Amino acid sequence: MSVFIIRRLLQSIVVIWVMSLLVFGGVYLIGDPIDMLINPEADQEDIEAAIRALGLDKPIHEQYWYFLANALKGDLGKSFIFSEPALQLILARAPATMELAIVASLMSIMLGIPLGMWAGLKPNSIAGKSIMTGSILGFSLPSFWVGILFIMLFAVMLGVLPAGGRGPTTEFLGLQVSFLSAKGLSHILLPAVNLALFKLSLVIRLSRAGTQEVIHQDYIKFARAKGLSERRIILVHVLKNILIPVVTVIGLEFGSVIAFAVVTETVFAWPGMGKLIIESIDQLDRPVIVAYLMIIVFMFIVINLLVDILYSILDPRVRLQDIRA
Amino acid sequence: MSVAMNEGSAPGAAAVRDETPLRRFISDFCESKIAIAGVLGVLLIAIIAIFAPWLSPTNPYDLATVDIMDSRLSPGKQMMSGVTAFLGTDGMGRDMLSAMFYGLRISLGVGVASGFVALCIGVCVGLAAAYFGGRVDMLIMRVVDLQLSFPAILIALILLATLGKGVDKIVIALIVVQWAYFARTVRATAMVERHKEYIEAATCLALSHRRIVFRHLLPNCLPPLIVVGTVQVASAIALEATLSFLGIGLPVTEPSLGLLISNGFEYMLSGKYWISIYPGLALLFTIVSINLVGDRLRDVLNPRLQR
Repeated sequence: MSVFIIRRLLQSIVVIWVMSLLVFGGVYLIGDPIDMLINPEADQEDIEAAIRALGLDKPIHEQYWYFLANALKGDLGKSFIFSEPALQLILARAPATMELAIVASLMSIMLGIPLGMWAGLKPNSIAGKSIMTGSILGFSLPSFWVGILFIMLFAVMLGVLPAGGRGPTTEFLGLQVSFLSAKGLSHILLPAVNLALFKLSLVIRLSRAGTQEVIHQDYIKFARAKGLSERRIILVHVLKNILIPVVTVIGLEFGSVIAFAVVTETVFAWPGMGKLIIESIDQLDRPVIVAYLMIIVFMFIVINLLVDILYSILDPRVRLQDIRA
Repeated sequence: MSVAMNEGSAPGAAAVRDETPLRRFISDFCESKIAIAGVLGVLLIAIIAIFAPWLSPTNPYDLATVDIMDSRLSPGKQMMSGVTAFLGTDGMGRDMLSAMFYGLRISLGVGVASGFVALCIGVCVGLAAAYFGGRVDMLIMRVVDLQLSFPAILIALILLATLGKGVDKIVIALIVVQWAYFARTVRATAMVERHKEYIEAATCLALSHRRIVFRHLLPNCLPPLIVVGTVQVASAIALEATLSFLGIGLPVTEPSLGLLISNGFEYMLSGKYWISIYPGLALLFTIVSINLVGDRLRDVLNPRLQR
């Protein structure tokens, strides 16, 4: 077990190092770092001072060393637009993105499992077939366009939900959240559903396949023979057994929910990290772009590492395979 | 004896000759009506994309004919030039139908071009991994696994944030995103094929590596590649539309469907739905048609489902 974790940890460190090389290469070698990291509106003296501060007058290997040392200290540059450290700027926006991603993930589980079980139990009924058709649509519709349709339908035509923004927030465990007030809930509903749609389709498919597999197992037959009610069989025996793969996949996919939040946040003007990076790219606020990329890649590597470790605890075959390889 | 056998097998041989693999494939494929609809959809899209300049009622990028007085006309109204704008006009007074025809051309062009290059790269890398095995295989598959553990949109975002905007940049980003899928697919198939007797026979004939890989191994790996290729073109088009919508994809001078949707988004809140909705429907039609064809190809080309 510990051998496996150490191996995975080393791998992750190598990936982060490669990533730092790539970002460094992209910023310092392909682009012009003076252009990329120093505010174009600064005057000559400021520019020269900044060049010295960033070590841009040094040879290339020393520059890389500076970059690494600064990044390790958490100094990823200062935003041109906001004149704040880029790292701080991004972390301030992180709770909004996290809230959206968590609500969307929960939504896809809460709705997806019952719908998927229904489709699995009654595959030939009209409801079962329409659930499956709906899940195909959820896979193939581009999510930004669905978001636009939502805005048109619920905000413009019906006028029942706000078209964007986060609305008022309430303090909860020291963080600002939307889901505790009715107004905040009305703001988070559309973006969360929009972000959840893709995962919802995935959960529906997984739980349908799981249900159809489990329902023919001997222990279900045994439960029926014991005379348990159909309700108890489905809610306890079937549900418990399909939960494991579904929850694992949703955990695995959490990173991609955060990545896709970029699209949803832009459509619904949700003030999260994703909207910040798109605005920064638009305004050429390069320190923020570099910082965002480093943070998101780091986050992904941590999520992948955690999932791999959890998986190896749940399924011993995985770690045995890796140790042998 | 041999004469008798020849006579006996003659009618059978004729029947076999009649049913070539291609013909069997086509008749299998056409069993599904919805797949035929998909093929017709793809043909329609391809024709529109190729002949856009001749099919569209106006040239939306000819500044001499575009009139700002025509801007935001609702569907069915007549423009200053006398042409009826069946799907309305956009904020700059361009006919939506014509803009969509041209947009489809750009979307499809970017999707197919990037898919094709990614296929070529992925095939070469995947075949190399499967054929040489050992360290080469391990190294290549590590990179592929690593890349596939990140969502496509994130990789595209990273690349476009460092590279900047442009048609060439987005094609590069789409190629980088897609090659790993092809490499993984072709490697998986080639690993199975590699141990079959015909490869052993070819090796015993002392044929060159290149000849074995490209003339013997590759043709037998084609079926799953065709399926993945079809699906990847659809997802490349969707990804390009998403990136262009975000404003980090194509430049304003190359308005693909995604960019048209994005342009219309600002008019959405004032109820001018057509600028955004119609390009969206065109995008949806394109993606669904290609996916229908891909799904049917998967069923027909899957050896396990073959009758």
